[in-house]
Amino acid sequence: MDQITPNGPLALGRNTEALLTQSRGFQPAAAPRGVAITLRGVGRRFGANTVLHELDLDVPAGQFLAIVGRSGCGKSTLLRLLAGLDRPDSGSIDFRGPDGAAVPVSAGRLMFQEPRLLPWASIAANVEVGLSHERRADRRRALALAALEEVGLAGRGDEWPAVLSGGQKQRTALARALIARPPLLLLDEPLGALDALTRIEMQSLVEQVWRGAGVTAVLVTHDVSEAAMLADRIILLEAGRVALDLAVDRPRPRHHGDPALAAVEGRVLDHLFGRH
Amino acid sequence: MTRTQRGLLPWLVPALLLLAWQAGAQAGLIPDNVLPAPTAVLAAGWEKLRSGELLENIRVSTGRALLGFLIGGGLGLALGLLSGLSKLGETLLDSTVQMVRNIPHLALIPLVILWFGIDDTARVFLVALGVFFPIYVNTMHGVRSVDPQLLEMGRAYGMSRTALFRRVVLPGALASILVGLRYALGIMWLTLIVAETISASSGIGYMAMQAREFMLVDVVVFSILIYALLGKLADSAARWLERRSLAWNPAYRSA
Repeated sequence: MDQITPNGPLALGRNTEALLTQSRGFQPAAAPRGVAITLRGVGRRFGANTVLHELDLDVPAGQFLAIVGRSGCGKSTLLRLLAGLDRPDSGSIDFRGPDGAAVPVSAGRLMFQEPRLLPWASIAANVEVGLSHERRADRRRALALAALEEVGLAGRGDEWPAVLSGGQKQRTALARALIARPPLLLLDEPLGALDALTRIEMQSLVEQVWRGAGVTAVLVTHDVSEAAMLADRIILLEAGRVALDLAVDRPRPRHHGDPALAAVEGRVLDHLFGRH
Repeated sequence: MTRTQRGLLPWLVPALLLLAWQAGAQAGLIPDNVLPAPTAVLAAGWEKLRSGELLENIRVSTGRALLGFLIGGGLGLALGLLSGLSKLGETLLDSTVQMVRNIPHLALIPLVILWFGIDDTARVFLVALGVFFPIYVNTMHGVRSVDPQLLEMGRAYGMSRTALFRRVVLPGALASILVGLRYALGIMWLTLIVAETISASSGIGYMAMQAREFMLVDVVVFSILIYALLGKLADSAARWLERRSLAWNPAYRSA
């Protein structure tokens, strides 16, 4: 059921691009649209438990950053802070667009571990949830159908989410996250619940979509090999501190089984298990 | 089994019962003053229909039922939403409602007669009181059981409070609200029957009580059948509404 569309790279299809450029004066995808993120002294406590310690972090525009670590290391908390679902107790988080202007935290789009589709809304209507500012219904609908086509779900817009497989639901969620062409894509382990093959397909889809859209992406994951596969840079969090900050300098599209990626994975795992 | 056969199957048992009843009455096994034959009941009904009495009484009874239902159901929905959405609302309302809910509303009949006399206000009040509780309880429960993950998604995707209510809370609570609606419709007719038999000068209940005074068993039985029919109609309407508005849910999709 889950197949990447055969017609090549899903560089956020020309349909959406045309519609958006036409309707809202967006730049074409080639221009960088991602935000640069600057964290200074960001701390977050829950009661007596300090989850993030004075975190400093710079994410350049357009980077694909992966945050890995054990459960409870603070990576999901960090992502929730970036999504604006939670506020830091101390420090500052700053988002800057390509023109240097501040970008509000609400501009980012979060993809959850679960698809979180509204079961009572059609698949297209679920994708439209991502467009909170477009007023015209016909335009919303056209954008939603184009976004569905990009994630390989063309023609499924009028069905209920209940008929979709797990991978297709996450594709719908991806379309929902991307439809407003956000400058920041936040991924909270969105592939964690998928079976191994669907997962590999979804990884290439995420990579292609990210490359085409030119956005900044932050992925939180347990899966170090997924991080190596997708990210430009891997950060290992341990007890709320950055324990390792590693660049993954490999050409794209990447392939499973690339020994250089395996080496990256090995380094992160060694660090994680204290074997360095 | 064909579609038609499957559609007819639920009517098999009622049809057999009716035949047995007719046969028993004709053979003299069931005395006329206990249960007249179905044909006799139908004949009595036909008389009532021709005189215009039947339709007038149905109109009066349905009017009372719907008015009470709208008042009680509307209040139940509004307060149920309030309790479900706001902690303060729940603290203020819920313990009171749960306390009053345990009084059978029909036990209030003597008090209601003292308050409103024996005119329509009393009957509408009783119906409203009866339907209020199932709608209130199920609305509140429905709102409370909306998936918190969906609410978080809505907030993360920039939905306003109104949009969140309209697109997430209300559709999420709807299945439960409609369960409350079906309960309430049952209680609506039950309350009305009791209220109309106690003191009324029109309505189906009045028709039955008047017939009892003249020992017209056929009219009494006919009135009961009319109640059954009205109840069934209300329930079918509620089910139709369920199937229509919950089509997304595989559990409610029509076969």
